[in-house]
Amino acid sequence: MHTTPILYLKNIVKRFDDFTALDNINLEIFEGEFLTIVGPSGSGKTTLIRLMVGMDEPTEGTIWLRNERIDQTPANKRPMCMVFQSLALFPHRSVGQNIEFPLKIKGVSPKVRSKRALELLELLHLPKSFYNKRISQCSGGEQQRIALARALAFDPEIIFFDEPLSALDYRLRKTLEKELKDLHERTGKTFVYITHSLEEAMVMSDRIAIMNSGKFEQIDVAEVIYSKPVSRFVASFMGEVNMFDFKCDSKGDIKIDDVEIRSSVLTKDTKKIYSKKAKGALMVRPEFVRFNKAKETNDFQIRGYLRAEYELGSRIQYEVDTLGDSRVIIEKLREDRFKGKLGATVVIGWDIKHTHFIPND
Amino acid sequence: MERLDKKLGTITSLPMILLLAVGFLAPLVVVAVFSIMPPKVFSIMNVPDFSAYADFFQQGYYKSLLWSVAMAFISTFILFLICWPLAFGMAKVFGKFTLVLTIAVAMTLIVSENIRLFGWVLTLMKGGLIDGYLRTWLGLRLEGVLYNGTIIVFGLIYVYFPFMLFPLAQGIAMIPEDARQAAEDLGASPFRILWEIDLPLASPGIVVGSLLSFVLAAGALAESKLLGGQAIIVFTDEVETAFTYGQNWPLGSALAMILILIIGILAFFTISKIDLDSMMGRRR
Repeated sequence: MHTTPILYLKNIVKRFDDFTALDNINLEIFEGEFLTIVGPSGSGKTTLIRLMVGMDEPTEGTIWLRNERIDQTPANKRPMCMVFQSLALFPHRSVGQNIEFPLKIKGVSPKVRSKRALELLELLHLPKSFYNKRISQCSGGEQQRIALARALAFDPEIIFFDEPLSALDYRLRKTLEKELKDLHERTGKTFVYITHSLEEAMVMSDRIAIMNSGKFEQIDVAEVIYSKPVSRFVASFMGEVNMFDFKCDSKGDIKIDDVEIRSSVLTKDTKKIYSKKAKGALMVRPEFVRFNKAKETNDFQIRGYLRAEYELGSRIQYEVDTLGDSRVIIEKLREDRFKGKLGATVVIGWDIKHTHFIPND
Repeated sequence: MERLDKKLGTITSLPMILLLAVGFLAPLVVVAVFSIMPPKVFSIMNVPDFSAYADFFQQGYYKSLLWSVAMAFISTFILFLICWPLAFGMAKVFGKFTLVLTIAVAMTLIVSENIRLFGWVLTLMKGGLIDGYLRTWLGLRLEGVLYNGTIIVFGLIYVYFPFMLFPLAQGIAMIPEDARQAAEDLGASPFRILWEIDLPLASPGIVVGSLLSFVLAAGALAESKLLGGQAIIVFTDEVETAFTYGQNWPLGSALAMILILIIGILAFFTISKIDLDSMMGRRR
């Protein structure tokens, strides 16, 4: 579906004095996709978005919009715009005037302008009566939609979002996340979204780019980011995860403290992968770990005792401490609730197919 | 609790109210009463009479009022043009240098206005600092700089510079940076950003600065006396003359009342035109 890169960043470096904020970034953004850039604060994602929009220039590297080089083009000449974290609505203008602003700049007649503004209000599920409202009279969620309407009025090739939902409460955020995804599908525009919440990214995005200290760790679809992270950083970024350090001998046999491994699961192929890197981690998500019933065995197996149990609403989370030092997190649906007592000895395990191998850097 | 707060508010503001009543309102009332006394009396126990107000028109005092207002208007406008870029720099660009500039400008207020104006007279007068140097070094003369309307306007601009600069810088500092960036991002040129974002959002500062400069300039006296050499008689000069040389307190009071009234109306009109609160996006 997405085949043509609309925006292409080549070897982008951005330095502030001694600090390197972006370290050789390469990125292709495809026409019509919803790409989310995720990273902790200070990872350089805001710097990156500012370069793409044109509020800053890269120290090195080039940015291409289709076949046109744009890294030196000022922001007001680039056919893209941004929805700010603060929204940056104009407090001295009415809702209608805010939405019409880009059209006014383009010299569109007042009649056409107001018609378009009303269309956009409708598209974003806001009543027409909002047209004459003041910005200060609107709630956080309404302001959000107005900022989006203003961006759409500009009719940009790409819309960037700089964590616009971070200030809203949980429920509203969830609603707007889905609305945004829906809007993306209806308008067919290219959306580039930055956030520090991978959960938010998962809900909306076609692709997710994980950023850490000025570099991309992984760029892929949500499914792959979740189940096959390339690094410990990516693995631990989303929700809970269990990771076990292992060592590998020359034959390709692996050893993990506390963990019993069924030797038959280590095929030639897996051994080959593991032995290339002598050290690394095995990752398994909490929902794939189970409590063994009597005489049941698993590909990977650990003995420990049940330390704690937490209600998560739809699921229940358990913590199992192993005889060694590590702690394993397990999550079960409510209907699969484990009926063990706290402090009881348990045997837990999981299958090779739910195991993912992460080499050390 | 709320009731107690209200009571406390009244009690704590009482000293200030009393001070204003005695120090500000009472003299104003006296002046107002004097303005409707017959000419050349020194008591307010006379039969009221509006002859002093009639004199304003008949004896041509309105001409000096027009001069005062016109020069105040021109100097305020020029002040705005000069101060905007500087205030913008102070609020958004200069960083630490802003403090230096603030202190430097505020320092001028420490020296009395009259002394500073005398300084200009010594600099610009015939045989003064500039003229003297020009004559000695180049054989040129500098004449006709002093004692005209232009130099009075210059004096007004010079003296009331801080009164425009600081409110303006304050107003510009209140423009949210992201609104400017968003406007640029949505295609606005620097001029459009100035017109659509900067000027409206800085308008509280513009209004306060302009009002201060205008009111002060309209009531200014020293500039026309020292720099202007009374080539133009400003309105406050007439008021002073009426009180001192003319020994006609009712006339002086009437002229003063007219100035107060005109400037008061102007000030209220300007402030009411601009809703400070809604401009700040606070409420309506």
